Amino acid sequence: MESPFRSEAAAFRFLLLVIGAFALIVVAGLINRWLGLAVFLLLSAAAVGLYLRQRGERPPRQQVAHLSPPDEHRVLVIANETVGGEELMEEIGELALAGHARFHVVCPALNSRLKTWTSDSDAAREAAQERLDATLRRLSDVGIESTGEVGDLDPLVAIEDAIRTFHPDEIVISTHPLGKSNWLERGVVTAARERFDLNVTHVVVDLEAAQSQTS
Amino acid sequence: MSSHAEAAHHHGPPIANQSSRVDARVLGMLLFIASETMLFGSFFTAYFFVRVVNPGAPSSWPPHPYHFPIFVAGVNTAILVTSSFTMHWALQSIKRGNRPAFLAGMTLTFLMGVAFLSTQIVEYLHVGFNTSSGAFASVFFGLTGLHGAHVFVGLTLLGMVLVRGFRGHFSPEHHHGVELPGIYWHFVDVMWIVVYSTVYLL
Repeated sequence: MESPFRSEAAAFRFLLLVIGAFALIVVAGLINRWLGLAVFLLLSAAAVGLYLRQRGERPPRQQVAHLSPPDEHRVLVIANETVGGEELMEEIGELALAGHARFHVVCPALNSRLKTWTSDSDAAREAAQERLDATLRRLSDVGIESTGEVGDLDPLVAIEDAIRTFHPDEIVISTHPLGKSNWLERGVVTAARERFDLNVTHVVVDLEAAQSQTS
Repeated sequence: MSSHAEAAHHHGPPIANQSSRVDARVLGMLLFIASETMLFGSFFTAYFFVRVVNPGAPSSWPPHPYHFPIFVAGVNTAILVTSSFTMHWALQSIKRGNRPAFLAGMTLTFLMGVAFLSTQIVEYLHVGFNTSSGAFASVFFGLTGLHGAHVFVGLTLLGMVLVRGFRGHFSPEHHHGVELPGIYWHFVDVMWIVVYSTVYLL
């Protein structure tokens, strides 16, 4: 549920709700003090229930417009800490070999909720930018031309933002293995498959295993 | 944007082109309102302590022989609620490019705000008790006075919008300066509904 003071119109609607709610509470309270308290508790519980219900609702499936030329395959890659992982590079390499593919890499700027709300996201964006730059250089070195950007901390919102400008034909989401991945725990891949009318490929990158192999 | 262009670092704050980012000015108003809610919360805590929790809580509210001017405050409530409607009308009007309606709405809102504050001052003068009349009087003047101070701040903001409006500022594309005082004004109205219901009526 959005904040009731997000805009003037939202604040005005909230005011009307408050007037209605308190009118009920006052009428009940004047009949009987305990009835007034009961109405107050009931309305509070209803407000909390409504908030939790709206919070859990999934948005409807989005139809994504395919604007790429017929011979071009646009691939949107969403990855953060795993963005330079071997498994992801192999997947991108395979897609590049399969035909004329165009890649757009998005690194969500991972940040805490508190820092996001207070717009303290510079450090998170800088870290994501560094990972993105390194990946784009690596792709360029092996002859794959790609673009990229730092996205929102919520990977689904980052995908939505990128879809509006890149219009991909396919999405590749790179995560840590199950048990280590916050995105998998939150069901990001499943949610992306439900929300976007696109082929979503999930690539698991095990950075720890790669590090132990190299050492 | 190519990979080479991507490597060139952007200076200054991040580009606010993401759909998820809350506008910094709206975020500021949200945080301000959150802090204001906590401030009112502390005053309501004092009120409920004096009225309910305190072992020496009065058996009737207000304690005998005092009376709150419920009718006058009710009329004042109607004035303030109506001013929220005119505020909403003013903003909708400027969004549609209807400047005369916007100015009329803002003028009415401002005048109703002045009427509310004036009536409250007159109410204080004739209420029949003062801050030294007991704890109940302290919380009454504390809560209503705190709200009155917020109305004054709101009127200052509305006054600035009104002056700017008559000087030709704001348009359907640029009306953020009306939106934010509007949010604040509705918040002040919401708080008054809570104050009037709990202090005067219940």
